[in-house]
Formats: sequence, structure tokens, C-alpha cells
Amino acid sequence: MKAQKKLNTFVTTTFEQALKKAKQFDSKPNFNQLLPGIPLAVKDLFCTDGIKTTAGSNILNNFVPSYESTVTKNLWNNGAFLLGKLNCDEFAMGSSNETSYYGNVINPIGDKLVPGGSSGGSSSALAADLTPATIGTDTGGSIRQPASFTGTVGLKPTYGLCSRWGIVAFASSLDQAGPMTKNITDCAIMLEAMSGFDEKDSTSINRKKELYSRNLNDNIKGLKIGIPKEYRVDKMPKEIDELWEKGKKILKNLGVQLIDISLPHTKYALPTYYIVAPAEASSNLARYDGVRYGYRSQKGKDLIEMYENTRSEGFGDEVKRRILIGTYVLSSGYYDAYYLKAQKVRQLIKKDFDENFSKVDAILTPSTPSSAFKIGEKTNDPVSMYLNDIFTVPANLAGLPALSLPAGSDKKGYPLGLQLIGKSLDEQKILNIGYAFEKNCGFKNEIKKWWL
Amino acid sequence: MSTEKFNYFINGEKGKYEVIIGLEVHAQVLSSSKLFSGSSTKFGAKPNNQVSLIDSAFPGMLPVINEECVKQAVRTGLGLNAKINNFSVFDRKNYFYADLPQGYQISQYKNPIVGEGKVFLDMPYGSKEIGIERLHLEQDAGKSIHDMDPSNTYVDLNRSGIALMEIVSKPDLRSPDEVNAYIKKLRTIMRYLGTCDGNMQEGSLRADVNVSVRKLGDKKFGTRCEIKNVNSIKFMQMAIEYEASRQVEVLEEGKRIDQETRLFDTKKNETRSMRSKEDAHDYRYFPDPDLLPLKIEQKLVDDLKKSLPELPDNKKERFIKDYGLTSYEANVLVSEKEISDYYEEVAKLSDKKLAATWMMGDLFAMLNDKGFNITKSPISAKHFAELVKSIKSGEISGRIAKEVFEIMVESGDNPKKIIESKGMKQQSDPKELEKMINEILTKNKDKVDQYKAGKEKLFGFFVGQVMKLSGGKANPQLTNEILKKLLKG
Repeated sequence: MKAQKKLNTFVTTTFEQALKKAKQFDSKPNFNQLLPGIPLAVKDLFCTDGIKTTAGSNILNNFVPSYESTVTKNLWNNGAFLLGKLNCDEFAMGSSNETSYYGNVINPIGDKLVPGGSSGGSSSALAADLTPATIGTDTGGSIRQPASFTGTVGLKPTYGLCSRWGIVAFASSLDQAGPMTKNITDCAIMLEAMSGFDEKDSTSINRKKELYSRNLNDNIKGLKIGIPKEYRVDKMPKEIDELWEKGKKILKNLGVQLIDISLPHTKYALPTYYIVAPAEASSNLARYDGVRYGYRSQKGKDLIEMYENTRSEGFGDEVKRRILIGTYVLSSGYYDAYYLKAQKVRQLIKKDFDENFSKVDAILTPSTPSSAFKIGEKTNDPVSMYLNDIFTVPANLAGLPALSLPAGSDKKGYPLGLQLIGKSLDEQKILNIGYAFEKNCGFKNEIKKWWL
Repeated sequence: MSTEKFNYFINGEKGKYEVIIGLEVHAQVLSSSKLFSGSSTKFGAKPNNQVSLIDSAFPGMLPVINEECVKQAVRTGLGLNAKINNFSVFDRKNYFYADLPQGYQISQYKNPIVGEGKVFLDMPYGSKEIGIERLHLEQDAGKSIHDMDPSNTYVDLNRSGIALMEIVSKPDLRSPDEVNAYIKKLRTIMRYLGTCDGNMQEGSLRADVNVSVRKLGDKKFGTRCEIKNVNSIKFMQMAIEYEASRQVEVLEEGKRIDQETRLFDTKKNETRSMRSKEDAHDYRYFPDPDLLPLKIEQKLVDDLKKSLPELPDNKKERFIKDYGLTSYEANVLVSEKEISDYYEEVAKLSDKKLAATWMMGDLFAMLNDKGFNITKSPISAKHFAELVKSIKSGEISGRIAKEVFEIMVESGDNPKKIIESKGMKQQSDPKELEKMINEILTKNKDKVDQYKAGKEKLFGFFVGQVMKLSGGKANPQLTNEILKKLLKG
């Protein structure tokens, strides 16, 4: 409770129900499950049956779904139960959790630091030991960047590996749910539990379920890992470069062959992302109109005014900004120049990866261009905020799995992450690399529980 | 075939104008569930009783394509002699309205499931080909109800998400009559295929009508206006007539036609401007990221093609060839599958030509009168065939047949039984007839003399007397023959 007051991680808690479930489990324990009797708090973007689901927005302030998202249902079917709903950027649009209607979330690493975003409540709760593991969603880095900022593990799976059914949509062609955990073993267990084909999601991949946790293996000798030269940006702190070097050295010592590669279209990834994602969002968010559920403004004399008031009162500034951008890039006369071109560039970015994956098993990059920043530091400069996603968006655009691993700290003591990008559906391999890396990295997240 | 000439033009003071019409027909796909959800599509349910979380666009809900709707669209495409596109894409058409829960309609924009095709119309001036531009699948919206409450609008989402086929014609239609024939032809084809029930009262078939005019002889099309959502053929015809005349008036005044969307007011019988081109919605179409492109295997198309029923054009040919019907008769008898089925059953058991005549005459008149569909006919095809057989064999006369027909309608009885029990059999025994006629001639000796003296008009009088004496059962042909013979002698 004290933690909640200081860190503001939860939007909704379900402690009483969780306690009941825990007692139920204790009376009849069953350890033959992946997540036996494990309480889990989840990002408030997953619809939970009978439990308020806000997506961090005022417009869903009163929304209680009558259905359970496929991913959370999968967790419960594997023995876990719900601890509460975690704060996040409004409709997952943000990189610092500052766009949430329910207030900033604080990074347990230090007072006044952002926990990253959009899965900021998830990363903060995890790092602060308020949940043993959690899940987030990642559209442009929303799992990996907060993981990097809090010294935790975050995996964005291959697009289509986890069902999107029942997750409040941000950008449908990019959104993907994934685990956020303390270590790789937990990550593999969580992924195994939450993933799987779902006929209710047309973009879900129909294939046999993989046993990621059972197949976890730290022998990565002989693997080839690509080092893309384009993952360096202007004014990037030296510490990031040093971290990258450290990562390479660790992998080399494990018998990995490092190969310099080029992903020439990487520089277009961020602008491409900031066209595709808002375009889809502008359409996905049209359903929040005050007619059937959610917030409805009492002002306005006709339907159009009701829409205008509902949406201007219900959405925050960042969401409005992206709806405007998205509407603009889809408008007639601009569609070809923006949306269509962005789709073409997206194909080129994907092709870059495809070509290199014939030579390498995985790609190593930094997760973010900086460590956690201060609350308010970037709120008035959206572009600098967007730049935080520069290393994470390519994997979303290409639909590839990508893992952020805690790898070290900067001189302020703030954690930093490295990213492993894998081939499509090659989660097992990047988890294995991560597993070996974790054992040899010696990183330890030292968080003093200052909020107690 | 008639040699009648096409003659639908608007006469302005400055000359004759040709009317160019193109239709966008919205046909509801016959399927048990909606295009992207499992909700029922049954008509007439209580408001908002056939609405799933997907149809009402709850957060996180995703569309999943209903394969039956895809097959129905392919079948329809094949019935329209059209190209089936093995690759097509669902797009979002974005706009806000209270009865559009998602804030967008899922439709097909650049890549429709069906491409170019054609249908043939039988017009009094010959067969006319109408080009089909495309057919695409899309979702229907819900229904806003404004008249239930003075200050509130109610929304019924039962229709929301139901599959529609939008069938876009080329601008090949030239008159309200052609529009009538075109809609009826589409309806017939789809009803044969079982892909749309064509029920206009229930809104299963509606159309947006594009109208423009040009001076007769001009090659360039004029500026068109689109009349939205007209739901009966009669209203379409009225709207076209009004709109074409309006456009001619505007042109004759030396003004220009504004490209715009118009509404047809059925009460005032006029079209009114709804929005101009400048105010037109920017629908911001883009491929729906929740759905993968629709890929249809050629094998599926081939299999569907093989399983198609005989279509009206082919059936018509067959009726002309096998049953000796005229083009007109065949056309009428294939207009509904049920009518053609009924006819074929009757024709199998009786005289094909006579069956057609009697069906199109008395049977249709009776059904029309009672407002019955042929499937509800009080006379079964078997009984009707019996009746035709009795007429053909001369067992009863045409006049008696009408009486028998009436009794059949009332009782539903077998005509054989009626004829026998009421003693309605025609007197066709020459000996009996001769006896009867001699009796009459003897009785009317004076008239016989007058006839022989040249007053031939009296022939009718003698026939009348025979009919009177026989109770109308004398075989008219035989009566004539015998009378002539005896009067000569």
C-alpha cells in the first residue's frame, strides 16, 4: 500500500480476490502447472472479466469488460491468478508512463525517475517486487524500453505468437503482448504460458506450442551474432557504447562468432513507425465515442457535439496528437506520400532483416539510447521522447522477436539493457542466448526499497 | 423478338437528352451468421438481440472472416460471369456515426473479391448486355431510430456487421425500364444461386443510383449525381425520372451540374441535395490490419463453379429449345426459380406449350389476385398438369376448364374428380352431337331456311342452342363441323 502511494503502479488492485485464490490453491495445491498459484499483476490494457480495464485513459474510466483476454486467460489456465491492473501510458502511447490519466508511475530505481513506457506500471511493479512477473504489450518498444530502464527482462514475441484478442488495441499490425520478468527462466515460463494459436485473432500464427522453459539451454557455442553498424545515434552516451562492447565480449567468451552487419534502412524505422502506428491508432480509437460504453460527456446539443466533447474530455494530449497525425497521414492527398510510402519502407526494413538472418542467428543492439530520465524531462518535446524508441521499433515493423536484457549500469547507477533480435518464431534461440548471457554478465539490480 | 425500338430520352427545348445510369446494388448475403462474427442474421428479432461484442466494437475485439460469406460472394461473381480475384483485401472506411460502432466499416476498396462481369437483359428491343464493374464484400451498419422518442435517438445493432455484397454496374443503363430489368435480373440470379433472398421490404436489396444526362450523340459523359439508398424498384424509377429531368433543366438554363450526393424523398417525389463533392467524407481507406488479405484457392473457385445450379439464362435457352416456348414465355417462366420448377413439373406430365399458356394466364392471375407466391399456390403442379391434360385431350373445353380451375382453387381437389363428380366432361361423341343438332334444326326450321337463304349470321345462333342444350359441354370444334355439314345438306 505504501508502495502504491509512492510508485503509483496499480490502477486497480484485486488483492482480496487474489487472497481467496491463494487460499484455494493452498488447500489443494497443484504444482504440475507452469504457474502454480502465482499471483500476477498485468498491464491495464488486457481486458479482464469483471475487473475494470482502463488502458490508462479517462475514456475507459468506468469500463468493466464482460470478457477475458486470451493471453490473461492462458495465464490463469496455467495456474496463475490476478493481483491487479497496472498503470500504463494512455492507450500504450508513451515512453515514460507520463501520459496515463491515472498519474505518473515512479521507477523504483530512484525517486522522480520514469519507469519507461508504455508498460511502466509493469516494469515498476516488477522491479519493486510488487509482482513476481508480469505481462506488457509492445508496439514500438513498450516492453523492452521499460525493462531496460528498470534492470529487468522484457520480451516482445514474434507478431502473431500471442493472441491480440481482448487487448485494447493501439496499432494492430504492431501490437504484441509479451512477458516482463526478473530473469530469463521466468521469461521462458511466462512466454510458454501466454502464447499459442487463437482462432479469434486472424493474425495469430497457427503452429504447435513450444516448450520454451523445458528447452532453455545455455550452450550457445558456435552461434553467429550480428552487430549492426546503424545502431548508433548522435549524442548517444558513451556508456551505451561501452555496454554494447561489454555485451559483445561476454558473448565472444561464450564461443559466439560476432559478425558485422548492415541494416541500411534502420534510419527510416522511426519515421515509418510514427506514420504506421498513429494511422492505425486513429482508426482503432474511433470506437471510443461515448455511445455504447466508457466515458460520455454530458455537454453538447447533438451527436457531433457529443462526440467532440466526449473525445476531447476523454483523451489526453498524447493520444489526441497521435489521432491527429494518423488522420492526417491517411487523408486523401496525403495517403500516398505518407501511409503508402511508410508501408513500402516497412517492407524494406523487413527485407534488411531477412537478408541478414541468412548469415546470423541473432542480432545484438542496445535496447535504448539512454538510461531512465527524469519525470517531466521530455514531456514538452515529443520528438525527443519518440527518439527513445529508435532501437526498438525496427523489430515491431519487421514482426520479429526481440528481448531486452539487463546488462549493466551507467555512472549514475541506472540500469541499461541490451537487445537481442531473433528470426521470426525463433524465441527459443534468443532466450537461450539471453540465458547464457545472464549467467555470465554478473548484473545485479540493486534497488533499495526507499518507498517502504 | 419484337422490333420495338429503344425510346427513352428527355426532350429539352434544345434537343434530346440521353440518360446514363449506373447502379451500386447492396445485396445482403444469405448466411446464418455475420461477416466477421458469429451473431445471427435472422430478420425481425428484437432490437439489439443479435449483437456480439465484435458487432458492438468492444475494446480488444477482433474480426474473423466468415468463410460462408466468401463462398457466397464467389458464387454470385460466377453467376455474374465475372472474374474471381484470388487475392483481395479488406479495408477500413472511416467515419463517425452512432450506428457504426467501430467508427469504420470494413469493406473492400482497391482489391475487391470479384472483378468485371456482365448480365444480359431481355428488353422489348432485344437483348442488352450490362457490364459489372466489380463486386465486393462489406459490413452493414446498424440502424438509428429517430422516431421512438422526441429527444433521444435509439440504435439497433442487429444489422451491424451483416455481410453485404456491393455490386457496381458500369454506366450502361439508359432508362428506368432497363433499371427495372437489371435489378430483377440480379435478384433472379442471386435467388437461383441462393446467395441473397432479394427481399426488398426487409432491406436485403438496396441501391445507390448514379444518374447523368448528355445530349443525344455526345460521346462524353455528363457530371453525375448519386442518389443514396433507394429501396424499391419503383422508387428507383421515380428518382431517375425526376433526377434526369432536373439535370436537363439545369443544363438548358446554361448552368452546370454539381457532382453531389442526393436523397430521394418518396413523399414529394423529388431528389434533394444531401452533400456536395466538397463536403464529401474523406473515408481514409486503408487495409484493415486486423485481417490478413483474403486468398482464395483456384480449386475452391472451380469446385463452386461445378456446384452452381442452372442459371436463368441457360434455363431460358433450354425452355425455348426443349419445350418450344417463345422467348417471352421462357423469360417469364424462368424469372423465379420456383416458377420454373413448377412449370417443369407440369410440363413433364402434360402438354408443354398449353401448360405455359395456362400458367401465365389463369394461374398467375389467380396468384397475383390472392397475393400468393407460387410455392403457396392452392393448386399443386400435379393437379395443374391434370387440368392441362384434360383440356388437351378435349375432355373438357377451355370454358369449362376455367370453371374447373375455380373449383380447384377453392377445394384444392384433383380436377379429374371435379370433372367427374360434376359431370363436366365435354360431349365429344359425334353421334350424340349429331342427334342433338338434328333436334335443334328440326325445331328451328324457319331459321334453317333463313340461313340457307344467305343469312349466315344465324350460325352463331345454332351454336348457342347446342351449348344451351348440352349444358355447355358440347365440344365446340366438333359442334362447328357437324353443324356446317348438316346445314349444307
